Amino acid sequence: MAIVIYAESENGKIKKIAFELASYGRALADKMGIPLIAVTFNQEENDLLGSHGVEKVIKISDESLNDFNAKQYAKNIATVAKDNQAKMVVLSASANAKYLAPILAVGLSAGYASNVVALPESFHPLRVKRSCFTNKAFNISNLDNEVNIIGLSSNSYGIKEDPKSLEVIEKDSVPVNSTLKVEKVEKVTGKVTIAEADIVVSGGRGLKGPENWHLIEDLADTLGAATACSKPVSDMGWRPHGEHVGQTGKPVASNLYIAVGVSGAIQHLAGINSSKVKVVINNDPEAPFFKAADYGIVGDAFEVVPNLINKLKAFKEQ
Amino acid sequence: MKILVCISHVPDTTSKINFTDEDSSFDTNGVQFIINPNDEFGLTRAIWMQQQQGAEVTVVTVGDNSCESTLRKCLAIGANKALRIDLKPSDGFEVAQELANICKKENYDIIIAGRESIDYNGAMVPGMLAALLDYNFITNCIELTVDGDDAKASREIDGGIETVSCKLPIVIGAQKGLVEEKDLIIPNMRGIMQARQKPLEVVQAIKGTIRSSIIKFEKPSPKGAVKLVSADDIDQLIDLLHNEAKVI
Repeated sequence: MAIVIYAESENGKIKKIAFELASYGRALADKMGIPLIAVTFNQEENDLLGSHGVEKVIKISDESLNDFNAKQYAKNIATVAKDNQAKMVVLSASANAKYLAPILAVGLSAGYASNVVALPESFHPLRVKRSCFTNKAFNISNLDNEVNIIGLSSNSYGIKEDPKSLEVIEKDSVPVNSTLKVEKVEKVTGKVTIAEADIVVSGGRGLKGPENWHLIEDLADTLGAATACSKPVSDMGWRPHGEHVGQTGKPVASNLYIAVGVSGAIQHLAGINSSKVKVVINNDPEAPFFKAADYGIVGDAFEVVPNLINKLKAFKEQ
Repeated sequence: MKILVCISHVPDTTSKINFTDEDSSFDTNGVQFIINPNDEFGLTRAIWMQQQQGAEVTVVTVGDNSCESTLRKCLAIGANKALRIDLKPSDGFEVAQELANICKKENYDIIIAGRESIDYNGAMVPGMLAALLDYNFITNCIELTVDGDDAKASREIDGGIETVSCKLPIVIGAQKGLVEEKDLIIPNMRGIMQARQKPLEVVQAIKGTIRSSIIKFEKPSPKGAVKLVSADDIDQLIDLLHNEAKVI
């Protein structure tokens, strides 16, 4: 028996979210008294997983895995899970992990809960807490199956170091029949993505136009944050869809969320509700966002933000 | 070309969320229900294929008869016919099995479902359906073109866009971008009148396996009041974020 995590990597590096999965998986493994195994694809350097509680890495390498294929990745994770009689498989909330999770659930005849926000409340039966109604509520669910898959919400558990002696086992890829081919990947490099960000800086209509977005980008750069926007901003084409956060956009579960010139419609607030600390900067003291925020500044974004950037730079240099 | 669009009947995005029966079920009292927004983007894309490529569009939902108003709205938007699988489902896997049962009989070329519903946010039905049928699957789909047997699609990935090609049949997880908000079709009077004449068939459920069950709901704990910082005292904000919130 084992706990299995899918440790995602990119450009030869294990992604940060994988360490949160490892930490969470370690806690499950300790509670159940079974080992923690990580699956990696085309990833040479796996030592850091051992520093975060993983005992064994199953390293699957094959040219066919260079492009992400949900069916093939799911098949390979399923094979590892079956070979090791996994009781639980833990996946992140990345776009790719959420893509393959339901395929894996069918392949393993497993139960699946996405958006899980904490360690299970019990193990027999497995009882988990997950967010629902786009973060307006939680539900407690029973998953009474031989194998269960947990989709862990980002930044819900945190990263904990726990060095283990790591065994790395190489394994061949299991092929699948698929006519699906990746033709092109367009990716902004060197930018923090919303899914992985500790800090997200978001702009709304209060910024008056796309030409003013340097304020959001500069603030984000200063903080090492991802950039996001409100729904009207993406609908008007000021910013790409991928940045729209809210009920019909992306959920945000960062440690810090800074909203500049975002009024705080209920749909927007729902999408960011899982963020731990919320800061609002808005010139309208009546903006609904002030009711949802932890800290607020009533003021003109065009004065407050440049000032904040300068002060933050000075603070970082201390 | 036959397209199936899977519809969830969900509370309006502005709804206040409350629970009843000792927090074991969602309180529908006073709640307006709508087509799940992610499904509606998919439905609109399907209607375009109907108009431009002669596709036949069927909508389906798994639910009790309270969902029929939502299906009628889909018919008014332009779907050719509607199916209601008569079951109040317990989890996403149960829904996926019901849908797979219909798909195996009808051999749809394209099946579109929202990438997730805005009520339970399971994000599992389209992927499970694809896996049960062994069809190609593209989720977070923001672009789709179909030519004969070939599909080309783009999906949103973390920090970018990936373009893929594959053969039909496919299952699509739809979201905003597949069509824009402004493209959504508002039913006109003619559409609403026609919808009354269009077939809405009730199908018996097969009642498959259930793999998860909700025990209870909780609401987030109430939040304390916002701490206001003067616009002239940015240092105080930095101090609070560093020393009190410990996030920078």
